[in-house]
Amino acid sequence: MSTNGKPKYKVIGTRPIRHDGVDKVTGRAKYGADIRLSGLLHGIVLRSPHAHARIVRIDTSRAEALAGVRAVVTAADIPPQGDRMVELGEGAVNMRHLSANVLAHDKVLYKGHAVAAVAADNVHIAEEACKLIDVEYEVLEPVLDVLKAMLPDAPVLNDDVRTDVMGGSPAASDRPTNVARQIIFTKGDVQAGFAAADVVLEREFRTGTVHQGYIEPHNATAMWNANGKVTVWMSTQGIFTARQQTAELMRIPVADVKVVPMEIGGGFGGKISVYLPPVAAALSKKTGRPVKVIMDRSAVFEATGPTPASYIKIKLGVTRDGMITAGDAYLAYEAGAFPGSPIGPGCMCVFSCYDFPNARVEGYDVCVNKPRSNAYRAPGSTNAAFAIETVVDEVCQQLGIDPADFRLKNGAKEGVRRVDGPVYSRIGMLETVEAIKASEHYQSKLAGPNQGRGIASGYWFNIGLKSAVTATVGYDGSVTLIEGSTDIGGSRTSIAMQLAETLGITAEQVTPSVVDTDSVGYTDVTGGSRVTFATGIAAIEAARDIQRQLVIRAAELWEVDPSTVTYVDGGVSGPDGKRMTFEELAHKLPETGGPVIGNGTSGKATQAGAFGTHCVDVEVDPETGKVQVLRYTVAQDVGTAIHPSYVEGQLQGGAVQGIGWALNEEYWYDDKGSMRNATYLDYRIPTCYDVPMIDTILVEVPDPQHPYGVRGVGEVPICPPPAAIANAIAAAAGVRMKQLPMSPPRIMSAIWERDAAK
Amino acid sequence: MAKKRVVSIKLNGDPVEFLCEPRQTLLEVLRDTLDMTGTKEGCSNGNCGACTVLMDGRPVTSCLVLAVEAEGAEVRTVEGVACGSHLAPVQQAFLEGAALQCGICTPGFIMQTEALLAENPSPTEEQVRFYLAGNLCRCTGYDKIVRAVMCAADKRRAAMDD
Amino acid sequence: MARVFIPAQIRDLTDGQEVVEVNGTTVREVIEGLESIHPGTRERLCRDGQLRPGLMIAVDSSVASSGLRTSINRDSEVHFLPAIGGG
Repeated sequence: MSTNGKPKYKVIGTRPIRHDGVDKVTGRAKYGADIRLSGLLHGIVLRSPHAHARIVRIDTSRAEALAGVRAVVTAADIPPQGDRMVELGEGAVNMRHLSANVLAHDKVLYKGHAVAAVAADNVHIAEEACKLIDVEYEVLEPVLDVLKAMLPDAPVLNDDVRTDVMGGSPAASDRPTNVARQIIFTKGDVQAGFAAADVVLEREFRTGTVHQGYIEPHNATAMWNANGKVTVWMSTQGIFTARQQTAELMRIPVADVKVVPMEIGGGFGGKISVYLPPVAAALSKKTGRPVKVIMDRSAVFEATGPTPASYIKIKLGVTRDGMITAGDAYLAYEAGAFPGSPIGPGCMCVFSCYDFPNARVEGYDVCVNKPRSNAYRAPGSTNAAFAIETVVDEVCQQLGIDPADFRLKNGAKEGVRRVDGPVYSRIGMLETVEAIKASEHYQSKLAGPNQGRGIASGYWFNIGLKSAVTATVGYDGSVTLIEGSTDIGGSRTSIAMQLAETLGITAEQVTPSVVDTDSVGYTDVTGGSRVTFATGIAAIEAARDIQRQLVIRAAELWEVDPSTVTYVDGGVSGPDGKRMTFEELAHKLPETGGPVIGNGTSGKATQAGAFGTHCVDVEVDPETGKVQVLRYTVAQDVGTAIHPSYVEGQLQGGAVQGIGWALNEEYWYDDKGSMRNATYLDYRIPTCYDVPMIDTILVEVPDPQHPYGVRGVGEVPICPPPAAIANAIAAAAGVRMKQLPMSPPRIMSAIWERDAAK
Repeated sequence: MAKKRVVSIKLNGDPVEFLCEPRQTLLEVLRDTLDMTGTKEGCSNGNCGACTVLMDGRPVTSCLVLAVEAEGAEVRTVEGVACGSHLAPVQQAFLEGAALQCGICTPGFIMQTEALLAENPSPTEEQVRFYLAGNLCRCTGYDKIVRAVMCAADKRRAAMDD
Repeated sequence: MARVFIPAQIRDLTDGQEVVEVNGTTVREVIEGLESIHPGTRERLCRDGQLRPGLMIAVDSSVASSGLRTSINRDSEVHFLPAIGGG
């Protein structure tokens, strides 16, 4: 769907084959684990068997004595960090905590916490050596639940954590606590708002700990050279932040570290924080040889990711005719071992789809004995959306209002002041609801008993940050484009297409490459739905730089003043009908001074945020509680879709991750804090047999802050699914699910409770 | 450490001999000994399907096959799917249908699809979804993969009719 | 005058005022202006001359990319918000 009539672009909106495609379907693409270097050693990390324990002693002598072992490292091999925060692109990070996460200092804070690492001639020897490292632990009581961890007598994980209350601490307490941060937003008069409501609903929700679930495990290969320079080959969402984290952790200059991006097998936010590069670097420093470390799947589950489990309470007041008068939200998110859950964005997103006058939001970031939480696609927003969108649906049910109409009535739009303060610029929330309402899916009738339909909306900010692109014009009319945004889902092509559009050439004429940190300007992470937006702007700027230079070259060839020459429609036009295409001019570059290289950066632009509304039909098996997703439609404001296939792919992939979060996915812990399902068999992500086709409606409300109207698309599609499915389950089975995942046992319990109440 | 064994296989049509420890998996030997890194490792316990190869035409997760078990077998990996510089219909269909995002699961899906289409040249959507259920993809939501497999089936049948 | 939206947790320092009007051409000047009217606010927003870790500034509806140096118009709104990362 296009709101701006017929397409005005030549390249944007088309579906060229991705530039790295052939390498990826023939097995030639080199991912992190595929690196081969002469003299390569293999590293294995020893991990804690306890969720919470003090490390009394580590004796590595037996491991070091094993034939084939070349080095063993512990936290003692990582320089001390002191008490410092370092800005790492997406935000400031406490280096002591990051360092203690990479290799535990005096305490282990979750099962799977890295304690030591071995480099050996092969992985089998390294594994055997790990078993010979003697670690004496003083086991401590773990705390695994967000609300229990907030209690005054809870076991405390970190001695250095105090509650940050907007730069201050509560006067009462200078004791260590698990509650790392409190957030409060208020707007209007909440009490008056609830007093004006005809219906006031208050509901409590729980969501489980879930993992990003990328198929490629974390990996890093490091070579610490005799000259002190370190090279790291790895798959990462951000080569520059990986470089900085590695340098800061090893206390060496950033310029001494080069990160070489390998192809990356999925990230979703989980491959931004470093785990292995400092370990591999420390092992390489000790051995003088390159060391490769790859996590196994259980380590990926137990020691990386996850996104926080949460407790959320929502109170919503609505008038009889369906206007929201007030909202109150309380959110507590599990940070895992160290502070830093996405509680901020969670609080900012909880009411972000709506426009109402009175609101209060209170949020807490809470440490528990689980892995240090990390970003996962719209971090913090999905938990909040599950809660608010379920309450909205129940209100609609009570008042007999169509849930799409309710959202059209109360939905956020340009000019609305958010609960956290800022006013929305041009956004497409209402357009996505209208698209769902008008869809054949929403208009259709359900086919049978035990079926139900639900809708839900979601919001994510999308970030801007910094990117750089360099493009070189070849004499044959080709362009090579280099960028620093690692390509997780076809972004090479979406960046190349924006350069091609600007130059008026084809996408195929551009050859994009993702290069290492020594070879391209600083570029922030592939995350936050920012690459097609911000690296796209850098590519457009590089193309404009090329245009300016080509105008001068053409003027020289034509012997006219450059001011009389313009770059238009894929070529240069001059006085008296003079005209050369890009390609013709490229052929003449050698005689006008040689290469033309365009540079572009972006760093100031910010995005307007994206909304999606999803519609889902489910069938609930009343005997087993199993939920089958029958039909699924995603409507999302995608700004301008550069490569529609890959935009659809983001919507489909995000929706299915959301379906997994809704129905299956959850870390199961025993009472000692040991994860009992750290395999794909037991931590069950959706298979293709679990889901239907995912229909997409691309609503295009261009973001005015991008020359072509690009809006980030990657994150928001994970937000609505849990609530949409919960609402569909309510319609199908008459039970309101308030805990994720909505697994068969939980649905059966709810059905039995429903029947008992009758 | 047990004594190393000599194993002979046919790999993508060519006879290959290698030396391996009894504890080494076919996946490890393919990747580390024979340098065939197109086959990917996602979980090393047979759950994700990224390491799927064909052994005597049958799809197997090569992380669950000991290299010594492959003695005498014909092994086909993703590197052996294209015919020279001509992509196979399934590879072409994955490209045209944007059926990959990060691409780490793609080799496994391509091998599983090769096996499916050899067995059943005209699968229904349901049959495709059932046959590929052991291959995990976290990026695409499977929509475009399933469509690409159906499209590859059409392409193969059309090629056979020619 | 720029309109500074006071975060709920430090409104005890602004006598409960949610919005304070302050003169200034940059965020830094506005914070100094705020501090002179309502002492103690600066320390809650800044540390070592920088915005506190974990916070971001939004000027009108955009995230400020130049931190405390971000320039503001006479009628700009200034917000102090939790920093956002992405996935």
